[in-house]
Amino acid sequence: MTLGQYRSLLTAVGVTMLWWVAATSASTADTPDPTRIVMKDFKFVPSSLTVKAGSTVTWANMDDEPHSVVSDTGLFRSGAMDTNESFSFKFEQPGTYHFTCSIHPRMVGTIVVQ
Amino acid sequence: MSDDTVLQSRRNALKCMAYGGVGTLFTLAGGVLTPVELAVAADKQGAARLGKPLFVQISDTHIGFNKDANPDVNGTLTRTIDLVNGMAEQPALIIHTGDITHLSKPAEFDMAQQMLSRLRTTELHTVPGEHDTTDPTVTEYFNRFGKASDNKGYYSFDHAGVHFVALINVLQFKPGGLGTLGTDQLAWVAADLKGRSDSTPIVVFAHMPLWSIYEPWGWGTGDAPQLMEQLRRFGSVTVLNGHIHQIVQKVEGNITFHTARSTAYPQPTAGTGSGPAPLKVAADQLPKMLGITSVSIVKHPRSLALSDTTIA
Repeated sequence: MTLGQYRSLLTAVGVTMLWWVAATSASTADTPDPTRIVMKDFKFVPSSLTVKAGSTVTWANMDDEPHSVVSDTGLFRSGAMDTNESFSFKFEQPGTYHFTCSIHPRMVGTIVVQ
Repeated sequence: MSDDTVLQSRRNALKCMAYGGVGTLFTLAGGVLTPVELAVAADKQGAARLGKPLFVQISDTHIGFNKDANPDVNGTLTRTIDLVNGMAEQPALIIHTGDITHLSKPAEFDMAQQMLSRLRTTELHTVPGEHDTTDPTVTEYFNRFGKASDNKGYYSFDHAGVHFVALINVLQFKPGGLGTLGTDQLAWVAADLKGRSDSTPIVVFAHMPLWSIYEPWGWGTGDAPQLMEQLRRFGSVTVLNGHIHQIVQKVEGNITFHTARSTAYPQPTAGTGSGPAPLKVAADQLPKMLGITSVSIVKHPRSLALSDTTIA
């Protein structure tokens, strides 16, 4: 192996390791996606989320039962989301937005847009 | 019926419920609910005493559901329809107390309508469940079933001297709250009942229970007490709901409350588990937990009889 080949191999290993570190940190739950809410066990998790104006928030249903996301003011309304389906909405204006699941109205949550 | 017989049949009724139910029959006379052995209704003499079936209640068909709790909801609805079509005497009408579909999708409504059109009894009255009104524009249910109510969701009609009131309690949810009837609908009910004799038998039906069964899961209707105030003066009131996929009953004065089984899948009893998710049971147990409710007029013109039958 020449020195050049050795350097290429080291670079390749380094890049692979960097990729591995990035992929691992993205897949652990330690740093949840700051614009994502899951619906699990009949709850919005997290139930309150603070984002910057212009952010797109995504709700994903992880339950066997369908859920929906309906804004109290009528600003946004998903259809029924079956298991593993999701819904996204882009928040342009700062403010506090309350939402509920129209199928299970005890499920409530809040988005604060700064 | 002697007290002994009543006790005996009560014991049998409880036994039926403990095993998921092979069917329990209830005679309602002047608002008092009395359990009767199903065998009494099954034999010809008993059936004659119970009178002509007035209507059959089908509920929570959830067409479109495909999870483990029942991968074949079309199959179990087909068995339900066969059961109704096989009744010796056909009911005059069919009531569907909502959650016709699972996700409010046009294809689910189309399939449900196609299947329900196989019923020999063609007069079908419906109210929507919250699963029928989750489409973004809340139009799929009303496009198909809105005519009876002029797209309002509530309406009334008369049959065989019985006054039927169909109500909607799945549209105006307060966040974190129960189902709601709303002031407009309550005012309409007051006007609808005004001038009717106290002796008119009343049947009220809506999807979500019109009495609080379990509030943490939303099993109730917040402003139902205002409705009950209007119904209290009548001698025989039967309140029929779906939503909770199991039979729960209560008698309060002359008002009998009854929730029906689903034809799709059972749900856990109140407070068991994290929420009212589909309950997975062994395949051979499932048909014993799905079924219909039929209601007959007994010989006395003022009384109705309720009977629950599974598709097992």
